Amino acid sequence: MALLEIRNLTKRFFRLSALSGVSLSVEPGELLGVIGPNGSGKTTLFNCVTGVLAPSGGHVLFRGEDITGRSPDIVYQRGVARTFQLIQLFPEMTVLENMLVAAQERTGTLLSRLLRREETRETARARELLEFLGIARLEDNLASNLSYGQQKLLDFGMALMPDPQLILLDEPMAGVNPTMIKNLMGHILALNGRGYTFVVIEHNMEVVMSLCRRIVVLSQGERIAEGTPAEIADNPLVLDAYFGR
Amino acid sequence: MARGLWPLVAALALGLLLPLVLDQYKLYVLSLTLVYVILAIGLNLTLGYAGQISLCHAAFMAFGSYAVAILGQHGVPFEAGLVLGVVLAFGWGLVLGFPALQVKHHYLAMVTLGFNIIVFLVLRNWESLTGGSFGISSVARPAWGPFSFKSDRAFYYYILAWAAIVVASAYWILHSRWGRAFRAIRENEMRAEVVGVSLRNYKLMAFAIGAAYAGTGGALFAPLLGYIDPGAFTLDRSIQFLMMVVLGGLGRFEGPLIGALVVTVLPEVLRGSEGLYLIIYALSVILMMLFMPKGLVGLWDLAWRFSKSATSPSASSASPR
Amino acid sequence: MTVALLEVRDLHAGYGKLEILKGVSLDVQSGQVVSIIGPNGAGKSTVFKTLFGLLPARQGRVTLDGEDVTNQPPANLLRRGMAYVPQGRNVFPLMTVEENLRLGAYTRPRSAELEDEIERLYETFPVLRESRRRRAGDLSGGQQQMLEMARALLLKPRLILLDEPTLGLAPLVFKEIFRIVENLRRLGQTILMVEQNAAKALEISDYAYVLELGLNRYEGAGDVIRNDERVRRLYLGR
Repeated sequence: MALLEIRNLTKRFFRLSALSGVSLSVEPGELLGVIGPNGSGKTTLFNCVTGVLAPSGGHVLFRGEDITGRSPDIVYQRGVARTFQLIQLFPEMTVLENMLVAAQERTGTLLSRLLRREETRETARARELLEFLGIARLEDNLASNLSYGQQKLLDFGMALMPDPQLILLDEPMAGVNPTMIKNLMGHILALNGRGYTFVVIEHNMEVVMSLCRRIVVLSQGERIAEGTPAEIADNPLVLDAYFGR
Repeated sequence: MARGLWPLVAALALGLLLPLVLDQYKLYVLSLTLVYVILAIGLNLTLGYAGQISLCHAAFMAFGSYAVAILGQHGVPFEAGLVLGVVLAFGWGLVLGFPALQVKHHYLAMVTLGFNIIVFLVLRNWESLTGGSFGISSVARPAWGPFSFKSDRAFYYYILAWAAIVVASAYWILHSRWGRAFRAIRENEMRAEVVGVSLRNYKLMAFAIGAAYAGTGGALFAPLLGYIDPGAFTLDRSIQFLMMVVLGGLGRFEGPLIGALVVTVLPEVLRGSEGLYLIIYALSVILMMLFMPKGLVGLWDLAWRFSKSATSPSASSASPR
Repeated sequence: MTVALLEVRDLHAGYGKLEILKGVSLDVQSGQVVSIIGPNGAGKSTVFKTLFGLLPARQGRVTLDGEDVTNQPPANLLRRGMAYVPQGRNVFPLMTVEENLRLGAYTRPRSAELEDEIERLYETFPVLRESRRRRAGDLSGGQQQMLEMARALLLKPRLILLDEPTLGLAPLVFKEIFRIVENLRRLGQTILMVEQNAAKALEISDYAYVLELGLNRYEGAGDVIRNDERVRRLYLGR
């Protein structure tokens, strides 16, 4: 069974179709790339899957369960985490607090959260992840005091915090310097090796081509191609989508 | 932790000792300040931590005041009235939380403002229950069997005990995962929801708990003054609470304590200047907002950073909240 | 050597901690249509925002007709003849088409000359004349784009910055937009354009700059760049 199955997903904003009947499936353990020119509907796809936007039509199935139109907190609790193209953090909270918030709602009840039962275990996990990402020494800094690259890493760390089954990365490399790109690619590959499933939207083609074994191409809200990096690079439809005709 | 708690302990010690040296009037002002501290802590939770604007704090307060006043007339013990007032305020807080799920910012301000006006009108017109615009006089102070809190000093300590309970419980809630979820909603609502924070649950709770504290403060307010009328629970009063929270420092734990103290005591201090005192008061509020947008707690931060940088060279890490 | 109408030298800009432009230089000669193309994240739209004073230039220099206009506020740039048609639809939706147009000339007194110009604009954009009394928000995406271009033209700018004029439009409509740009060029209007459909934009451009990750990568005449295999490959990262 596919981990994530998107069937015929449609999203309209008034008259504008941002997604028209997009279908795709993600297998457990996969590292799938989603590419396409600006405005092709990639981020809208993520928003519809994670409940940030309600789709106008179609279905999203996660581990066989229909989660179409569920609110973002429910989708997250089911095991789908994501990062954002424009980094979204809690700026006036510390790095550690940002990480802890990302874990605390995954399990337990509203009342049990008053009692801070899991705090020690989760703090340990947060520190371990911050260590892995190389920003452990910053745990007491406010998120707003971090550099852009460090914020990017924190955003990534928060997505890992709940130990999700599926992680959606929205342009993880945007604005990141070459050293950090290598660094992040290493992290993604290492985590993928440990069994984490990723879907990555990325504009840096070199990164997508070397990271992903399968790539889906969107253009103007439609899925126009799918294949291995080599197949995608030689597909004339893809070049037209990017360069025009 | 050390920094978070020791000012509170110092404040408690001061609260215990001050009545020994204060005259009756100053004791009354201090009692009133404590009542307002309780109320402001509630609003700070709703607005300062969870970021939900509320302009009906005085209406929540009214549930507490009228519950003890009305039940007191029928000989029901004060504490029972207080519990009823808190439950009513909590319930109406939940109800008011629902609009907060739909609307934000100034729209929410309008909704809560409207609620305050409705409550005021009900209090004024439901004469058989509330005594209408005359209100209810001789509200009884609590008594435990032969031991009564009738004297001003005894009642002051009674209020202080409740204030300590409120401060401790608020400290506990705000330092639990709830406090973190509240702040996450304030900082970035969309991101909070995407890391699993249920906006519905936490916004409702932020409103209801804030209202419950208002009910507690209201219950203590009625017997402190001895009488109540609808005029005590108008929008003006709600705005006064807003001012305490903002002046003290939104979303800072010590904020309401400082804010309530300033807003209550400053007019008393300025009273000597006769007709000018309102103008001076308003001007100082404007100046404080201009130069200390983060509230008076900001001054405390500066002092803390200064003393820290004097002892250790690296003070770049964030201040704990 | 002639002085270019617009000269940009070593432009640096970004958002907060994110640096997007890392030294972009370009020239626009009077009467030319010049395109800026490049893969996503190249910083094309950021160039426009920086030129038009919406984003501070952190380094570098912009001159318009020899005059230094680096970091001037938009109102000053408009007065000096630079107009900007931003990405997406930015009309005033509840006002009529004609009211929207007149807003483009709100700094000018009502005059016979102005009425003439509006009349001439309606000739360039006949669709707008037909819908002059309709609310701008009810227009289609393509019509709104034309309305914005018309509004910018009413300022009689020496230079128009056109940011992704065909974004989100259906193929049939964007052909129409390109046809209009071509007409404007024939009338001698200087245009600097960012366009996603690079192939189409290059077809009607005198000159083009290819940016990548905030830096100049290639440049040349429109048709040369259009047929440059290296540029095509840049888009797919090989």
